[in-house]
Amino acid sequence: MAEITMTQALNLAIDEAMAEDDGVFCLGEDVSAKQGGGVFKVTAGLTEKYGEHRIRATPISETAIVGAAVGAALAGQRPICEIMLMNFVGVCMDQIVNHAAKLRFMSGGQTPCPMVLRTTTGVGVGFGGQHSDMLEAWFAHVAGIHVVTPSNAADARGLMRSAIDANDPVIFIENILCYGLTSEDPGPGYRVPLGKAAVAREGSDISLITYGRTVLDAMEIAGELDKEGISVEVIDLRTIAPYDEETVLASVRKTGRAITLHEAVKPFGTGAEIAANIQEKCWDSLKGPVRRIGGTFSAVPFATHLEQAWIPQKSDMIAQIKASVGKA
Amino acid sequence: MAEIDREKLLDIYTRTMKVNRTDEKFRELLMQGKVAVMYYCVRGQELASAAAMAALDDDDYVVCTYRGQGEQTAKGIPIEKWWGECLGKETGTCKGKGGTMHITDPDTGIMVTTGVVGSGLPIANGLAMASQNNGDGRVTLVSFGDGAANIGGFHEAMNMAQLYKLPIVFFCQNNRYGEHTAFADHTDSPDISSRAAGYGMKGVKVDGNNVNEVYPAMEEAVEHARSGKGPVLVEAMCYRMMGHFFGSDFSYMPEEHLAEMQAEDPLPKLRKVMLERQFTEEELDKIVADIDAEIDGAVQHALDAPLPSTDEIYKDVLEETA
Repeated sequence: MAEITMTQALNLAIDEAMAEDDGVFCLGEDVSAKQGGGVFKVTAGLTEKYGEHRIRATPISETAIVGAAVGAALAGQRPICEIMLMNFVGVCMDQIVNHAAKLRFMSGGQTPCPMVLRTTTGVGVGFGGQHSDMLEAWFAHVAGIHVVTPSNAADARGLMRSAIDANDPVIFIENILCYGLTSEDPGPGYRVPLGKAAVAREGSDISLITYGRTVLDAMEIAGELDKEGISVEVIDLRTIAPYDEETVLASVRKTGRAITLHEAVKPFGTGAEIAANIQEKCWDSLKGPVRRIGGTFSAVPFATHLEQAWIPQKSDMIAQIKASVGKA
Repeated sequence: MAEIDREKLLDIYTRTMKVNRTDEKFRELLMQGKVAVMYYCVRGQELASAAAMAALDDDDYVVCTYRGQGEQTAKGIPIEKWWGECLGKETGTCKGKGGTMHITDPDTGIMVTTGVVGSGLPIANGLAMASQNNGDGRVTLVSFGDGAANIGGFHEAMNMAQLYKLPIVFFCQNNRYGEHTAFADHTDSPDISSRAAGYGMKGVKVDGNNVNEVYPAMEEAVEHARSGKGPVLVEAMCYRMMGHFFGSDFSYMPEEHLAEMQAEDPLPKLRKVMLERQFTEEELDKIVADIDAEIDGAVQHALDAPLPSTDEIYKDVLEETA
């Protein structure tokens, strides 16, 4: 099998879903062939195949984009809308939180909202304070939506197919720094179920629970610590909400220690929720407190050395793991 | 403008009175303390809603607001289910989980009732986009007030609808108040409909209290949208003859405004047109009596209906919890 990048993986997943179901269509800023197939090229080549009605380039109107996706979903279609950068959800939260997420419930189940909201973000490319944030906790706090993020190309392909299949809204977060990652192509029709975490690396001393780009950091330090005799189990949530509690709790019951890790800021983050849940449900298995690692509680800075200092540091991850297992 | 045919006129009258009698009944129940829920009165706007709904086909889509009773009942929502929902009962359209501000009944095309001012317009575009994508020939009508014309979603939705020539009618019931704020205190332009020109869209302003103006305008707008020519913004001038919601103060409405709206009340005007068109007092009274009887039955049914099970708070969150 050939290698594919995450960009290609997403494109392939969308392409095959569009080929199979006329109700699947894309809308967002700059997505069609006229604008070059999206600023990150995820929808490149699709206009030529499916036409401008199904790859709809929109005005810069996030509320209208998400609202249109909601309405089309209510009418039985499967829209994939794109909010170019995650910070821009700030201008369309009403459509996501008050409408997409709640219309199934408020209608007593009559109007499910099967839509995917793709969005890109990531710290480390110098985009500064309004183009870099991971805001997954905002959505994880709202009932009625799935929040998903892949850490590798194969999962990107499988998660995107499952997101399009889902009969509820899915916030699909893509990390800019991950677009170029390659995996062996899992092939057509590949699906990664929503709500199912991956044990990215098995270990016995501590569970490092993470998702998205920081999975790469976790894998790297787990490899380093292995040489020092510390066995780290890396859990890649893949679906952030509702997350795979079973896999997380089973891992912590096995290792007795846990650290949550995400690029998003630490206070009130998803890591806090997961840590609290572990302490409620695995208290007797725990050998120490559940620790949290996250981005610095400030806006993402511009200057490269500041931005690099802002993100969760591998040295801190190593120090915290060592402190947890008593080898500090 | 061609005269409305008698059969259609009778249809509009029946829908109008359905809206009015429902509104009267709701206020009566609230006054008597038999019901204690949020209700946004539609007194004064009955004809505008009814004429708009009479211009649509049964399978056309409607998106309305918390003041949506007019669209809902005039579109033909089963009234036992409507009352059930308003009273928070298991028999309601949404099993009592939506309530007065979130009535939904896809079978009659009532796709969304939003409690957020202006949020219906972008969603209505999506319904219309689906119809454009799959060629089902449906029109989407989204109803909103003058207050909604000043929120960003209005602008975004109007521009997008015109860009794609979506089959949608933007139906602004300008009742001259955005909550407690008079039109002149929230908007300096003379009206809403003239904004359509700014989007390259067709805009029309009509007297929402005059059936001979509002219905033909709605019929033409719906036809325009259905034929693929794109959206239309129709502004129907009307009055909100009560406070923002039932029981709320409306002392902020000046005397002259109150006098003006009494003089423009659409119901006596419609009755007059009906009589001029040779309908008899008896015929018209019989229609109202039949509606009242139907409403009384529906209200009793709703009052007697069981409350939803408390398990419902966990259901319909995601498909897995359906």
